[in-house]
Amino acid sequence: MDGMRVVENFDDIGALEDIPRLGARTVTTTLGDVAVFRTADDTLYALRDQCPHKAGPLSQGIVHGDSVTCPLHGWVISLQTGHAMGLDKGCTPRFTVKVENGRILLASGVIA
Amino acid sequence: MNMMSSARKKLVVVGNGMAGMRTVEEILQRAPGMFDITVFGAEPQPNYDRIMLSPLLAGDKSFEQIVINSLAWYQANNIKLITGEAVQDINRYSRTVTGEHGSVSRYDILLLATGSNPFVLPLPGVTRPGVMTFRSVADVEQMLSIAAPGKNAVIIGGGLLGLEAAHGLNLRGMSVSVVHLMPTLMERQLDASAAHLLERKLGARGMNIYISANTESFDGAGDNGHVQSVTLKDGQCLKADLVVMAVGIRPNATLAKACGLATDRGVLVDDTMRTSDPDIFAIGECIEHNKQCYGLVAPIWDMAKVAADHICGVAQPVFSPVAAGTRLKVSGIEMFSAGAFMGDKSTEDIVLRDAARGVYKRLVLREDRLVGVVCFGDTRDAGWYFELLKNGDSLGTLRDTMIFGPATATGDPDTALAALADSAEICGCNGIKKATICNAIAEHGLTTIEDVRTRTKASASCGSCTGLVEGLLKLSLGADYAPEAAKPMCKCTLHGHDEVRRRIKNAALKTIPAIMQAMQWLTPNGCASCRPALNFYLLVAWPGEYVDDAQSRLVNERMHANIQKDGTYSVVPRMWGGTTSAQELRAIADVVDKFSIPAVKVTGGQRIDMLGVKKEDLRAVWQDLNAAGLVSGHAYGKALRTVKTCVGSEWCRFGVQDSTALGVALEKATWGSWHPHKVKLAVSGCPRNCAEATIKDFGVVATDAGWDLHVGGNGGIKVRATELLCKVMTEQDVMEYACAFLQLYRMEARYLERTAPWIERVGLKYVQERIVDNAEIRTALFADFLYAQKFAQTDPWAEEASDKTLGRKFNAIAELV
Ligand code: SRM
Ligand SMILES: Cc1cc2nc3c(=O)[nH]c(=O)nc-3n(C[C@H](O)[C@H](O)[C@H](O)COP(=O)(O)OP(=O)(O)OC[C@H]3O[C@@H](n4cnc5c(N)ncnc54)[C@H](O)[C@@H]3O)c2cc1C
Ligand code: SF4
Ligand code: FES
Repeated sequence: MDGMRVVENFDDIGALEDIPRLGARTVTTTLGDVAVFRTADDTLYALRDQCPHKAGPLSQGIVHGDSVTCPLHGWVISLQTGHAMGLDKGCTPRFTVKVENGRILLASGVIA
Repeated sequence: MNMMSSARKKLVVVGNGMAGMRTVEEILQRAPGMFDITVFGAEPQPNYDRIMLSPLLAGDKSFEQIVINSLAWYQANNIKLITGEAVQDINRYSRTVTGEHGSVSRYDILLLATGSNPFVLPLPGVTRPGVMTFRSVADVEQMLSIAAPGKNAVIIGGGLLGLEAAHGLNLRGMSVSVVHLMPTLMERQLDASAAHLLERKLGARGMNIYISANTESFDGAGDNGHVQSVTLKDGQCLKADLVVMAVGIRPNATLAKACGLATDRGVLVDDTMRTSDPDIFAIGECIEHNKQCYGLVAPIWDMAKVAADHICGVAQPVFSPVAAGTRLKVSGIEMFSAGAFMGDKSTEDIVLRDAARGVYKRLVLREDRLVGVVCFGDTRDAGWYFELLKNGDSLGTLRDTMIFGPATATGDPDTALAALADSAEICGCNGIKKATICNAIAEHGLTTIEDVRTRTKASASCGSCTGLVEGLLKLSLGADYAPEAAKPMCKCTLHGHDEVRRRIKNAALKTIPAIMQAMQWLTPNGCASCRPALNFYLLVAWPGEYVDDAQSRLVNERMHANIQKDGTYSVVPRMWGGTTSAQELRAIADVVDKFSIPAVKVTGGQRIDMLGVKKEDLRAVWQDLNAAGLVSGHAYGKALRTVKTCVGSEWCRFGVQDSTALGVALEKATWGSWHPHKVKLAVSGCPRNCAEATIKDFGVVATDAGWDLHVGGNGGIKVRATELLCKVMTEQDVMEYACAFLQLYRMEARYLERTAPWIERVGLKYVQERIVDNAEIRTALFADFLYAQKFAQTDPWAEEASDKTLGRKFNAIAELV
């Protein structure tokens, strides 16, 4: 169950094509970088661009299925939940992101 | 007569299409004679099956065959049909509707079934003759008036409708191009893997598919001349005698809005199909229910039942939409999808890829229930899956075998193989039958796949039947069968590295999705372990042809720089053979100052490392370095790293050969080459070996007589000294042997295997047989290496600088501060 869900205020951060499939781009925010990922199926996910392990930039990892492998030490992070998978423990904050008319909209509230 | 009709309630239907007439049929079934029915239809024809416009266009059906309700039917049911007249006005106070030619009808109950309008892109030239949409019989007639063999059609939109139009016009002999905005076809019905297969199939039928392509304008003579071509945003120009726009539909809610009914995207209806006026119902594609609009008939049939029940007052059901399935009506291409086939939060996939038959199936499960299906190439089981999906029952034990369909869902694949007839063909490439293989196994006591391949050729070509051949070995040998312990590349596949490489070559697999399909990958798009490996194998197999996939590169290779523990990068330009100049050093110094680079260090590889460069600065740093003639050192890559040298005979009192010059020449010849792992060379000017050549992948040591060539060394945790490959006389020999050795390593070692473990695995003798003993193999390898280098020796940074994307990947897409 998602605790609080603050979904106001979507910002237009760019066009869907700005992010390559199976890739990611970052958005600079006052809270630090947010990584926006695009899967093979064009689903978008947004996570804080910091690995729960040692803060590796997740936006630079390899995206596969609905996960990303951190470029620093290879932890696999679920894009859906922000949780580290397998035996690793940790979680990265998520953001709501959606596509409307080819534009990417990012919500400013964190999904806790 | 008057009395009669005033006794009956008046039902007026606006829209003589599929939804409206189905509702009328349902009403007639429930309460024949209850209403005086009047139907307005904007189209001149009686109600026809709009779905069948595709076969009509393709020439598979005639108009008569697609009529649903003939004129005689309207007569027989006492329905007043007003065709060719669109309703223009609804007056809710006087309860009358007025048609464009003046017909007026009073209603007690009004049913809106106005369908939807094709979306028309507001682009320059869109009103030119020859640019049209695909929605009605009139549209098909217009297309057919232009279509002729040899003429060009451009379809805008690679969705269901667009592809059916493309197929029809292709069958009419036109040369067809499809322009699709998204990176994969039919993204609303298919996942990426199935879309890839579809694209290949359509391509094989001669259609040109332009994906990720955006239309700029429709061009022709003057302002109003017939369309002649379509210009894309990237500047490409496609010839066009006919343009069909199939980019989506919009609910047709114009009338409803004009008479003050609540509308949003469509006419808003409640669960009983009533609009905001209780006497007016709406149904079909024109409605919006619970924020959802519809574009397929299955939910519309449900709506018709609900509306009829309420209109006749016989029952009080509510409309609750169920998942609908989609099929593509293109002969010879089987495709079905339904439900949440993309998967989402908390779903799991079961994927089956049968490469030989071009089949891809993906079942999406949530908890223990089926919630989405994609079938491509074989839709025989689609109905069964769809039932499972709609019922939403717990799958239980079905789960493990359901991917094989209802027939085998309870049995196991081995039983199916055992049941195959002796004459069944197992290996399609070589035409080998089941009996041939089983006999060979029995007669010659074969025990491994390799044995079977050598003896019968089964699975020796494209290899897609390997699984079947293994199954036959298992059947024949029973418990004695010990499958080769080829370790799978990763958890995404059952195949080992060598098998994958063999198949890439033999079956001419040229893209990552093609490998995953042909070799039946178990995950939709691999993982961080197999994707970089596949990308590398393809680069080596198809030089000059394969387009590198940036998203399958590890971060360092994608950013052309080494990522550091704080997320910054280090930059190492090449210094050929460890040599540099005042100009280069000055350029480096300037860059360090300009970008406040925190650390500069001389590396163990005889060059200079600038550490702590910010991602956003990488491009600008390299623009300056490139301007001074410096190129990337690939210090980040599974690639040729450094060629270390010592000063050699030019300066050193012991030197017997010019080791520096040879080292520089070797680096100039080999830089830019990708390898299974990093590769380091070194050249020493005498056996004192100051360049540490005997712990390098390829080490060269000068002697009085010529050069000693050493291979398979490395430093690192497990230091390994090289073994002597051979002795050669001239610098040309060194060059040829070095390049041939590197090529053999590139072609045969497994991804992430350095030369040391590779040579320990295959043996030095194996390498010597190819590089030293057999001049023919050596020169061929040398030639292959040089050929591949033609495409590899481009400085990645010079490419980035000229890249149209302006280095976007290095910057944030947006700043929200
Ligand atoms: C920069 C440098 C150290 C230095 O400041 O001198 C260096 C730095 C790294 N080395 Fe090295 N190695 C450097 C020369 C060497 C050498 C000496 C040489 O090349 O003569 C060796 C021993 C020779 C060899 O390669 O066998 C060496 C053996 C290793 C190994 C062990 C390799 C092995 O097969 O066992 C690793 C680990 C690996 O690659 O998996 C490694 C990995 C690394 C990595 C890439 C670690 C990592 O993954 O982050 C370091 C990258 C630092 C960075 O971000 O730039 N480095 N490393 C040297 C760069 C040379 C260059 O100009 O490109
Ligand atoms: C080429 C093609 C292929 C398709 N293939 C499939 C398929 O394979 N499977 C599937 O499920 N669906 C398919 N569809 C979609 C399916 O045809 C529609 O969902 C269905 O026809 C919708 O029915 P409807 O009555 O709401 O709209 P329509 O069938 O479009 O009927 C609306 C009618 O109302 C008329 N009208 C509009 N305004 C007025 C007015 N003011 N006055 C009088 N009349 C008016 C229109 O002229 C039209 O005749 C396809 C559609 C097309 C075009
Ligand atoms: S190896 Fe040593 S001795 Fe030989 S040339 Fe180099 S520096 Fe001189
Ligand atoms: S920081 Fe991501 S795995 Fe270590």
